[in-house]
Amino acid sequence: MNHLYQKDISGCGLSGIISTTGKLIPAEDIIKTIRIQNERGNGLGGGFAGYGIYPEYKDYYAVHIMFDHEQAKEDAEDYIENNYIVARKERIPHRRTSAITVHPLLWRYFVKVRTERPDLELEDLNKDDFVVKTVMKINSEIDGAYVFSSGKNMGAFKGVGFADEIADFFMLEQYQAYIWTAHNRFPTNTQGWWGGAHPFTLLDWSIVHNGEISSYGINKRYLEMFRYKCTLLTDTEVVAYLFDLLIRKHGLSAKLACMALAAPFWKDIDRMPEDERQVARQIRQVYGPAMLNGPFSILFAHSRGLIGLNDRIKLRPLIVATKDDRTYMASEESAIRTVCTKPDRVWAPRAGEPVIVELDAGVA
Amino acid sequence: MLKNTTPPEFKVKIDYQRCRRCKRCLQNCSFGVYSFADRVVPDHSKCVACQRCVGYCPESAIEVIPNPAAFKYSSNWTPEHRKNIWKQSEQGGMLLAGMGCDLPYPILFDSMLLDACQVTNPSIDPLREPMELRTYLGRKPDSLQVETTKDGKLKSKTHIEQQIKLEVPIIFAPMSYGAVSLNTHKALMMAAKEVGTVMNTGEGGLHKDLYAYGDNIIVQVASGRFGVHAEYLNAGVAVDIKIGQGAKPGIGGHLPGEKIGMEISKTRMIPIGSDALSPAPHHDIYSIEDLRQLIYAIKEATNYKPVSVKIAAVHNVASIASGIVRAGADIVYLDGFRGGTGAAPTVIRNHVGIPIELALAAVDDRLRQEGIRNQASIIAAGSIRSSADAAKAIALGADAVAIGTAALVALGCRVCQMCYTGKCAWGICTQKPELTARLDPEEGAERLTNLLRAWALEIKEMLGSLGVNAIESFRGSRERLRGVGLDKQTLDILGIKPAGR
Amino acid sequence: MSKQKVKIKADAVYYRQLNEQIRKSIADGATEIELTGVNGQRYIGDGLHDRVKIIMDGVPGNDVAAFMNGPTIVIKNNSQDGTGNTMNDGKVVIHGHAGDVLGYGMRGGKLHILGDVGYRVGIHMKSYKDKVPTIIAGGKAGDFFGEYMACGNLILLGLNNTADEPLIGNYTGTGMHGGVIYIRGEVEAHQLGAEVGVKELDAEDHKRLKPLLEEYCADFGLELDKVMDKPFIKLIPISHRPYGRLYAY
Repeated sequence: MNHLYQKDISGCGLSGIISTTGKLIPAEDIIKTIRIQNERGNGLGGGFAGYGIYPEYKDYYAVHIMFDHEQAKEDAEDYIENNYIVARKERIPHRRTSAITVHPLLWRYFVKVRTERPDLELEDLNKDDFVVKTVMKINSEIDGAYVFSSGKNMGAFKGVGFADEIADFFMLEQYQAYIWTAHNRFPTNTQGWWGGAHPFTLLDWSIVHNGEISSYGINKRYLEMFRYKCTLLTDTEVVAYLFDLLIRKHGLSAKLACMALAAPFWKDIDRMPEDERQVARQIRQVYGPAMLNGPFSILFAHSRGLIGLNDRIKLRPLIVATKDDRTYMASEESAIRTVCTKPDRVWAPRAGEPVIVELDAGVA
Repeated sequence: MLKNTTPPEFKVKIDYQRCRRCKRCLQNCSFGVYSFADRVVPDHSKCVACQRCVGYCPESAIEVIPNPAAFKYSSNWTPEHRKNIWKQSEQGGMLLAGMGCDLPYPILFDSMLLDACQVTNPSIDPLREPMELRTYLGRKPDSLQVETTKDGKLKSKTHIEQQIKLEVPIIFAPMSYGAVSLNTHKALMMAAKEVGTVMNTGEGGLHKDLYAYGDNIIVQVASGRFGVHAEYLNAGVAVDIKIGQGAKPGIGGHLPGEKIGMEISKTRMIPIGSDALSPAPHHDIYSIEDLRQLIYAIKEATNYKPVSVKIAAVHNVASIASGIVRAGADIVYLDGFRGGTGAAPTVIRNHVGIPIELALAAVDDRLRQEGIRNQASIIAAGSIRSSADAAKAIALGADAVAIGTAALVALGCRVCQMCYTGKCAWGICTQKPELTARLDPEEGAERLTNLLRAWALEIKEMLGSLGVNAIESFRGSRERLRGVGLDKQTLDILGIKPAGR
Repeated sequence: MSKQKVKIKADAVYYRQLNEQIRKSIADGATEIELTGVNGQRYIGDGLHDRVKIIMDGVPGNDVAAFMNGPTIVIKNNSQDGTGNTMNDGKVVIHGHAGDVLGYGMRGGKLHILGDVGYRVGIHMKSYKDKVPTIIAGGKAGDFFGEYMACGNLILLGLNNTADEPLIGNYTGTGMHGGVIYIRGEVEAHQLGAEVGVKELDAEDHKRLKPLLEEYCADFGLELDKVMDKPFIKLIPISHRPYGRLYAY
C-alpha cells in the first residue's frame, strides 16, 4: 500500500569538490574531507559519487547495480540485455577489508539504449526517460536488485560502513573525477542496507544530503503525481526526483529549482520588485508541494556542475570555499581544510541561497 | 391537529428565591416559553434549550435541564425514536431539523493524531520564527516557464489563472441571507476582511450594502438563482456553484414567504412574501458536460474569475470531483454529511452522505492519481469544530476548510438546532427585526476575528511542532497523521498508518 | 613541577585523546597551552574550569568552549558551529569568522569574533548573579541574531562591510525579552523581530559599551576611534511580555 511505508530517517556529514576547469581530482582528496567527518556518521552508511571517472565509456550510461542474490542479477540482466546494447559488464572492483566483510553482489554495465526495443511502440520516451523508467522498474519490480547510479561518465560507490571504509572497499584510489561528492550517514534505524546509503542518483543527478525533511510526506505524494516511484523511502530520493522533475522535465534553471525547493518567505516576496515578486509568487503557488521544509543541506551534482543548498531557515550547516579552479563544499570547514589549508575565500551561504558552480564553457 | 402527547424535551427550573421578576426572560425568549402571572411561569414544552434566558437572567435564577421524564429503558427504542414517531403520527409530516447531523456516527477526526518532531528534525518556534499560512485557491499550471532577461532579471512567461488569496486557510461557509440575518452576513464579511479570508454569500444573493466587501467574498449561484445577475457574479473574488450540501445532498431548499421581507426581496430579486424555492438540481445541469457549460458561462461573464463547485460528499465523490475538475472548476468544495443547514428533512440530514474525512481523502487521492490535483483547490467542510479538525483536514489534502456552524457558534449560536423555526433567539438565523437587532455586527465580527486568530495561532503551533514553517509543506502530508482504533480499510482510504507504525 | 607553557601537537589526533591531553596538562600545572595542527577536533575547552589559556592556529571542530567556565581560548583562524555553547565564564577570541548557533544559552564570559558570525547568534543569552555575557562580532551576522535573548550584551560592528551586503539578517532579536543589542550601523524595520524596538544610545550605553569595545580592540589590535567612527543603534525589548492575548482560559 502506498502509505504503509516506514520512512528512513538519518542525519549526516557531507562534502563535495569541483574543478571548474575540469581537472581530474584524485579520490584521496574527497576521502580526506569525509573521513574527518566520521563523527557525523555512525558507520551505517557511506558513499561517493564521481564525475569523469569513465572517460573511455563516456557515451554510455554507466549503470551500477547491487544484487542481493544471483536471481536478482539474472532478472535484471535479462531486462537490460533486451533493451540495451551492453558494451561492457563487470564486477565493480572491490577488495576484502577488515571493516567490510558482508556485501551484496556489485556490478556495473556500460550500455546504450536499443533503438529497437519491445515497448517502443507503447511509449514515446526519449533515451533519458527510458533509463529513468528502467531504474524505476529494476528498483521496484526486481526483488533484490537496486540501481546505485545510471548516468554517463559517472558512478556512485556506496554501502554500509563509514565513508572511508567504503572508499577502501571500492578501491576508490583508482579513480579520478572533476566532481566528487561524499557522504557519511547516521541512520537512526539499525538495519544497514547498501542501497540506502548516499549518494542517491538518477541519470547524472546525484544527491548527498544532511538533515531530515519534515515535508517528506507531501513531497513524495507530489512526485507520485508525476509517476515517480519512491521505493527507497528516504529524503534523498525525493530530493533527487524533485531536481529531475524541476530541471529535466519542467525545464527550470538550477537557480529556480533551488528557489522552489527552499522558497523565499512571503514576507520577503511581498517586498520584491514586481517581476521578481511574480516569479517568486508563482514558484510558491505552483511548486508549494515540492518545497523541502525542515532542516537540510544538500549537495547536488550533475555532469556540468555542483550545487550547494540549505533550507530556508538554515537549520543545517554548509560551508563553501574556493581555491584556484576548485570549489569545496562541506558540513564543516575543517573538512575543507584537510585538503585546502589556505582557501582564497571561505563562507557560509545564507539560508535558501544556492551556491551554483558550473564547469567552464567547453570543459568536459 | 391531534393532541401533542410528546413529553417536553427540557425542563425550565426557576429559582424563585433569586428571581426578582424583572421579566428579562420573557423579553429574551423567542420561543414563547414564559408567561407572567405574579411570577414567571415556564411552558416546558416550548423550550428548545437555546440558553438565551439563562444567559440574560441577571440573577442566574434559570436552569434548563433535560427532562428526566422516565422513559422505560431500551437501547433500541430510544426516546428519540419514540418522540419522532409520536410527532409524525400526530402531524403526518417529515421531521425537520436544523444544523448538522446529531447522531453518534464515528467522527474520524477524533481518531487521528498528528506527529511532532523529536531529535531527528527540530520543531520550530512559531512565536519567534516565521510561520506561513498564506494559501492561494485556484487552478495552478503543471509547471512554470521563466525567462532570464538580458539584465539578468527573472521574468515569468506563464499566465496563472486568478487566485483567491487567503492569509488563513479557513473560510466562512455559504449561509444565505434569508437563512441567516443581514447582521450575520455583515459580521462574517467584516471578519473575513479583517483576517484576510473570504466568506461565501450562500444562495440568497448579496445585499447592496455589502458589495464593498467584494475582495473578501465568494458569491454563490444555486439552483434558485436568487439575486444572480452579472453585477453579482462580478461582486466577489470567485463564484461558487452550489450543487449540493452535506446536510441534504440531492435535496432542494425552501425559504418560506414570511421570511421574504423588503431587504431580502430586493437582494434575492423576488416579490415580498413569495416562497423562495431552490430546486433539487440545477435545471441547466443534468450531466457533467452541462456543468462545464455553466462554469464557462460564468467565466465568460466574469472575465475568468475562479469558479468553485460545491458538492455534498456522497458515495462516488472521487469520480464526481474528478469530473468537476475536468469540467473546468478551479475549486472543488466538499461538504461532508455532518455539514450544517438551516433546514433539512431529518431523515436526509441524519442518513445520507459520507464523512468529510473519507470524502476528502478519496478526492485528493483520485485527483493525484489522475495527475490533476494542481488543477483545482479543495475546500473541505462539514463540521470543522476546531483548529485540530482543520489541521487534520489540511493534512489529508484540503487546501482550506470552510466553517459554518463554528462561525455561528462564535456569534452566539447555542446549537439548539431550531434554525428552521425562524425564531433564533440569538438573532442569527431569523429575519424578525426584534431578534436580528440582538446581533451587533461589529461585536460579531470581533468574535469571528478572534476565533480565526486563535485557530491560526493553534495551527501555527501545530506546524511548529511538526517542524514545517509553511502550510503547503503540511498540506496533503498524510505521513504526519496516524489513526487510532481505526480498521484497516478506513486507514487505507484515509491513506494513513495506524499509530505505532 | 611541570612547566607553565606547553605545546601539544594536534595533527590528526582524535578529539577524545586531544582533550584528554589538554586536561592532563592542566592538571600538571600548565597555564598556557598551544595547540598546533588543530583541524576539526570537537569540544576543545569543553567544561574546563581553570584559568588556563589555550591558543590554536587551526580551525577547531564544533562546540569549542561548550560549558566552559573560566579559560581563555584564542583561535587564530575561523571557528565552526556551536562555539561557546552554554558557556558560563571565560573568553574565546576568534581571529576569523564563527559559524552558526554561537553562544547558545551563554550565561557568562566573552566571545570576541573579528569576522562574520552565522545564524542564530546569542540565542537565549542570559545572566545570573554577577555573570553578564558579552558577544562582540566584527563583521556581519545572519538571521535570528539574539533570538530569545534574555540578558547580556550582543554587539555587531560591521567593520569593513560593503554596502551591497546586508549587515544583519532577518528576525533580529525575535523573542528578545531582556539584555541589549548594539549595532554599528542601521537595521531596517523588516529585519527586526516583533518584540524589539530601536533606540538611540544614551550616556549610560556609552559607559557600558566603552570598556567592552576597548577590550575587544585590544584583542585584535584595532583602534577604538575607528570602531566608534560610525553611530550605533540599540535594540531592546519593547515589552517584557510580548505574548499577550496568546492564550484563552
